[in-house]
Amino acid sequence: MSEQTDTLLTADYADTAEARDATRIADEPTDVGLPRGLLNPPDAPSGQGLPDWFLTSRAQAWQSFEALEMPARTEQAWRFASLGKIKLQAYHAPLPVAGEVADRLIERSVGNTTVAGKMVFANDALLDRRLFSPELAAQGVIWKPLEAAVVEHADLFRKHFMVQEAVLGSQKFAALHRAHVRTGTFLYVPKNVEIALPLEVFHWLSGEAGSSFPHTLIIAEAGSKVTLVDYFESDRSEETGFACAVNDLIIGPGAKLTYVCAQNWGEKVVSFQINSTTVERDAAAMSLHLNLGASYARLESLSRLVGAGGRSDMLAATVTQGDQEFDQRTLQDHVQPHTTSDLLYKNSLSDTAKTVFAGLIRVQPEAQHTDAYQKVRNLMLSDDAEANSMPGLEILADEVRCTHGATSGHVDDEELFYLLSRGISHKAAQELIVHGFLNEVLERLPDAHATPKLGALLAEKFARMKRQQSPAA
Amino acid sequence: MAAPKADIDIDRSAGDFSYPEAHTFDAGTGLTAATVDYISKVKDEPEWIREFRQKALEVFNKKAMPTHWATKDLDNIIFNNIRYYLSRGQKPSRSWDDVPEDMKRTFERLGIPEQERKFLAGVEAQFDSEAAYSNIKKAVGDQGVIFVGSTEGLKEHPEIFRKWFGKVIPTGDNKFSALNSAVFSGGSFIYVPPGVKVKHPLQAYFRINSENFGQFERTLIIADEGAEVMYMEGCTAPKFETATLHSAVVELVALKGAKIQYVTVQNWSNNVFNLVTKRGLAMEDAEVKWIDCNIGSRLTMKYPGVVMKGPRARGEVISIALAGNGQHQDTGAKMIHAADDTTSNVISKSISVGTGRATYRGQVLVPKHLKNCKNNTECDALLINPTSRTDTYPAITVRGAKNAMQHEASVSKVSAEQIFYMMQRGLTEGQAMSLTVNGFVNDLVRQFPMEYSVELKRLIDLEMEGSVG
Repeated sequence: MSEQTDTLLTADYADTAEARDATRIADEPTDVGLPRGLLNPPDAPSGQGLPDWFLTSRAQAWQSFEALEMPARTEQAWRFASLGKIKLQAYHAPLPVAGEVADRLIERSVGNTTVAGKMVFANDALLDRRLFSPELAAQGVIWKPLEAAVVEHADLFRKHFMVQEAVLGSQKFAALHRAHVRTGTFLYVPKNVEIALPLEVFHWLSGEAGSSFPHTLIIAEAGSKVTLVDYFESDRSEETGFACAVNDLIIGPGAKLTYVCAQNWGEKVVSFQINSTTVERDAAAMSLHLNLGASYARLESLSRLVGAGGRSDMLAATVTQGDQEFDQRTLQDHVQPHTTSDLLYKNSLSDTAKTVFAGLIRVQPEAQHTDAYQKVRNLMLSDDAEANSMPGLEILADEVRCTHGATSGHVDDEELFYLLSRGISHKAAQELIVHGFLNEVLERLPDAHATPKLGALLAEKFARMKRQQSPAA
Repeated sequence: MAAPKADIDIDRSAGDFSYPEAHTFDAGTGLTAATVDYISKVKDEPEWIREFRQKALEVFNKKAMPTHWATKDLDNIIFNNIRYYLSRGQKPSRSWDDVPEDMKRTFERLGIPEQERKFLAGVEAQFDSEAAYSNIKKAVGDQGVIFVGSTEGLKEHPEIFRKWFGKVIPTGDNKFSALNSAVFSGGSFIYVPPGVKVKHPLQAYFRINSENFGQFERTLIIADEGAEVMYMEGCTAPKFETATLHSAVVELVALKGAKIQYVTVQNWSNNVFNLVTKRGLAMEDAEVKWIDCNIGSRLTMKYPGVVMKGPRARGEVISIALAGNGQHQDTGAKMIHAADDTTSNVISKSISVGTGRATYRGQVLVPKHLKNCKNNTECDALLINPTSRTDTYPAITVRGAKNAMQHEASVSKVSAEQIFYMMQRGLTEGQAMSLTVNGFVNDLVRQFPMEYSVELKRLIDLEMEGSVG
């Protein structure tokens, strides 16, 4: 597969059927029998020329996965989590999609209107890739699928790929990801290169009980600037599935990275996301997670501030319905002095949904002059919804300013009355209020080119909720 | 300018003395079923209490140390090296004149009889496992207030105390409540009849005198409908080379419309493991308020709780913790809202000095289908030195759309500008630091009874004075 992708990093790569075909996984499923279960050792990846270290690390990861215990709720990192929703034996390893499905999914991969580049994956196979601005390739920007990068940029890849251990509870699932990962995004932005428009990546899950292990590895060199948006989508919303995504975001001195992830899997999918961000001197990281899909969605987000002047903004907006559960664990790890972090997670809870937020600000002994902030807000819309908040602080230096807050409340009666008195229906009024509540998060995104699609996804979710609330008579 | 780095150690000289041991009853070292039987026999308890203790011992042995969330320092407690019962007799004196001379001198040095004369409605003074002195003013006794030790309470007034004993904090609540249930001795059982408002506070003073000793007092306070009572406890121990264990269980029951205030000033020497379970039950319109100040001990783990069982019940925890060199104050609050219209408030302030570590751990729980429950939690931490540490670990669970919870925490250090400003006006660095720290906790200290707040202020002053050369 890798030798094919070589030729693809060309600016004038056209949107043609042949071009898409060229990137399509060549080998259709050969084994027509039962697909391999997730709890069986994964097949060796079919890519050629994969380095030995990579293959060995996969095999070792599988061993660790088998050796590690399934987490238990008595562990602090899994407190309040509904572990019963995770049934790994129910899923099979990723299977390539058929040609017509691939066409359909590429068609449906519509993000924002003005973007710098795009990749589309389905069930962990690359379907489509482009880079729209010719000058970016000339400037040395690398925009490749993982399996190509591991061969062609071996040193760079190895230096950063899953170097940071999962520290927020999901070691076992990180090992599973490492054992299964086949593809994903590799983005390298050279020194001082600024990419004005966002790059977009679509990961699709297709087929009942399928699985996916999306990976995103971004290296933003000193002084560079880039925005990347990951979209996690399901082909059919009624299909079950398992997704375990990992990303490594490395932000060099003075660089700026905005990472957006819209998690919109079908509502029967079990989703894991393990994020690790490293913020170097004077660098700025901004991450925004829009959480809409999955039955159980666990997001672990780690931001390590390892250089003076570094800043990390961690944002999330979550909309729940039905019995969805969103389990969010974060760590703002201040390693070096003079660093800043600011976290804002907002959850809107309907029906019998449940959220867990466990966030920690850790200030290491050396990290004097830390300025850290953390806030979680739960908007309770139903009497059967449950919000768990565990905002934490561990402060080992004294010259610091650290604050956190957690609130759980309901729609303000006066706000509601104001809207009702202007003839707006109760449902519409409530929706407006929820919109306003979440907009505070979305508005913090500095990149105007990346927001319209988020708004559209949010609107779709509200429409879905409305349909479920008022089934056709 | 650089912030002043005060090197502060806490003044515990007032409590750091001991008398030679002269125990008549000694359960020996280590904990077995025989130890528990010995305690029960010496106390001449009815069979049901002995069975209660033995069952608790089984629970204790089965339960693992909670080190998956708590500090590993707990593993340094060697249960087999501890002496579980030491006393000279089971009957407390009603008059200081009858208290053995060394015990009397101990409490005199700590100022207990003097305070009793001045402002207390009743006093119990516990020396190792049993109370040496227990008395309430006649007027208070005449109102029907019962103020006795745990064993006496269970033996003489079972109709009042047995109903609630071990109900607010069941044996299996945690490993240390199980331990206490197995070997408890001493503490206060208090009953305040309906409508009686006890004007002056009742006080208990807990003193550990012997090395390698474990003190396990058990307190149960019942305020009947519309009653009001304030209870204060103080504690000290001499500084021994080896670790000492203090593990109390305190249960409060505030019936309809009753009010209980429970004040603690904990100043154990810093070789004491202080692992205490405290919980109150507040029925309809009742109020339970914990005012908790932790200055001493090596490790304190204490999270006073209120279960608001009746509508409009109120729970409150006011907590001050001062963690000096080598100390870990792991304190917090637990608020369980189990009825509509219940409100709770938690205000916690901690100061970490030197290598001290202050931890706030809290839980707020609002189950389904309740309405108008409100919780407010505020945690502020002040750090004095670069080696000081503070943590905050709250857990808030809210179900339903008709409640409002808010939690806020902040961490700051003494501002260099403030200290500089005061020093310019002629204060020493120590005085300036002392003023700042007192200012930080002032609004909480004011909630303590006068005598305690004066004492607290003095303790802080003393430390800060000596802190800078």
